[in-house]
Amino acid sequence: MIWSKPSSSSRWHADRWLEPSLGLLAMGAALILLLVLAFLLHEAWPLLSEGDLLHLFTDGGWYPLEGHFGLLPMLWATLAAALGAVLLAGPLGLASAIFQQFYAPSALARLYRTVLALLAGIPSVVYGLWGLTVLVPLIARWQPPGASLFAAILILALMILPTIALTSASALAAVPKAWLQGAAALGLTRKGVIMGVAIPAARSGILGGILLASARALGETMAVLMVAGNVVQNPTGLFEPVRVLTANIALEMAYATGTHRAGLFASGLLLTLLVLALAWMAARITRSAHPV
Amino acid sequence: MNMPGPEPLVTYTIGGIESGPPCCEPVPHLRIANLSIAYGSATVLDNMSLDIYKGCITALIGPSGCGKTSFLTALNRLTDLIPGAKVGGSVQFEGIDVLDPNVDLLVLRRRIGMIFQKPNPFPLSIRRNLELPLREHGIRHRDVLEYKIETALREVGLWEEVRDRLDSPALALSGGQQQRLCIARALVLEPEVLLMDEPCSALDPISSGVVEELIQRLCGRLTVIIVTHNLAQARRIANYAAFLWMKESVGKLIEFGQCRNLFEAPKHELTSAYVSGATG
Repeated sequence: MIWSKPSSSSRWHADRWLEPSLGLLAMGAALILLLVLAFLLHEAWPLLSEGDLLHLFTDGGWYPLEGHFGLLPMLWATLAAALGAVLLAGPLGLASAIFQQFYAPSALARLYRTVLALLAGIPSVVYGLWGLTVLVPLIARWQPPGASLFAAILILALMILPTIALTSASALAAVPKAWLQGAAALGLTRKGVIMGVAIPAARSGILGGILLASARALGETMAVLMVAGNVVQNPTGLFEPVRVLTANIALEMAYATGTHRAGLFASGLLLTLLVLALAWMAARITRSAHPV
Repeated sequence: MNMPGPEPLVTYTIGGIESGPPCCEPVPHLRIANLSIAYGSATVLDNMSLDIYKGCITALIGPSGCGKTSFLTALNRLTDLIPGAKVGGSVQFEGIDVLDPNVDLLVLRRRIGMIFQKPNPFPLSIRRNLELPLREHGIRHRDVLEYKIETALREVGLWEEVRDRLDSPALALSGGQQQRLCIARALVLEPEVLLMDEPCSALDPISSGVVEELIQRLCGRLTVIIVTHNLAQARRIANYAAFLWMKESVGKLIEFGQCRNLFEAPKHELTSAYVSGATG
């Protein structure tokens, strides 16, 4: 232990109250997650208890009023949109992190970081508005109808790009100077130092950031709802309209009752589990970082 | 401050006082003239001139902060990485003006290698640590890489210890092994000069001894410049020694000569006080 035990003679040492109350608060935070899961499970139960869970995945389509709750088309659309966004924003974000860490003069790098941080803070509905009024018409001129998986991918990529750039940059900044110096002393070029030493050393931080960004892309609702077209169908082409799980909940919750309502909660549960799995993986990867 | 008393006579194994050590040639390999180093407005080393002899081990001794490490980093232009660092004077190395802004740093650093105080193997496998600099310098043939890696590891006495786990992480090695790996990583590029910045100070006495023996084996093949705070070590391994001291927080070269002379018959009173342990 790095702290000293309070002497037993002092009757009112601060730890006596601090410790249990901190513990309680920490438990509360963890408990909220459990409560959310329990709530989702409870609300989805009317549907889940009705038949086997497989129905959610084997039913051909989403016709809740006729008792068909096939989530698969929307699940595929969700995954395709998130994956596409990560494939686009991942390399771009990493490139911008490398630029600000190793190439940009320090004043420019500072400015660049500030801009990225501001971008990360723009409300998603604003991205959605821009997508709806600018991006979708642009795509429509090229590949109608415009509102499509492609539009969703572009908007999501734009939204997670700052996150990936910022987390990658801080992972690169945390690479010990001794390694960079050692690499330079071996006559490595700047490119050699970056590719050979800095990126491998920062790999876990970069991957963790990308996974967290994917979680955000999976969970994003408003902007995607505004540009994706919201037709429930398997994403067969980039320019086909799709509906993602989050949008489905937002669109139908207002009027859903009975098993329909339960179906929406089931899709919420599925989404939560997906995001939790990603967050867990991100935490694992970051923890397994080099022991230095 | 006590002035030192008469030094006890000690005999050493390397060469006679006047004849010079057997393993090195009395040919200047690096000629340093009027070298000054400043960080921003703070001068850390002022007007230093000396010749580093080919194939010899030259030790730099002196108190902390007198510019020894800065001196080393000026020789392979690692000072370029420090914002605000200014280096004046001249350093000649085999016809190359080291301080010329247009000098090819990649070639220069390949010919002048460096070992740092704290072992700094990259967070990669043992093999990859040695492969990286070789590939960077255009050596890509599988067999050549394997041969060079094995040779370098044998040179530092690490081959038998790691031959079965070349693909395991270099950071899993012990501190002494890590430092020897770093030396192998420098040697694999076949440099002509090796700069060593207190290579043993982070190691336990046994590992330190192993590294010290290794440095001694390099004598004659490579020109070694070693910064050390361990006077006994300097005495054991170095052929030449330079003593630096701080005057008004600016580092200055006080005395340079054959190591034995510097320790046994110092010309300057600061040197004699420092090597006898009276100051510093």
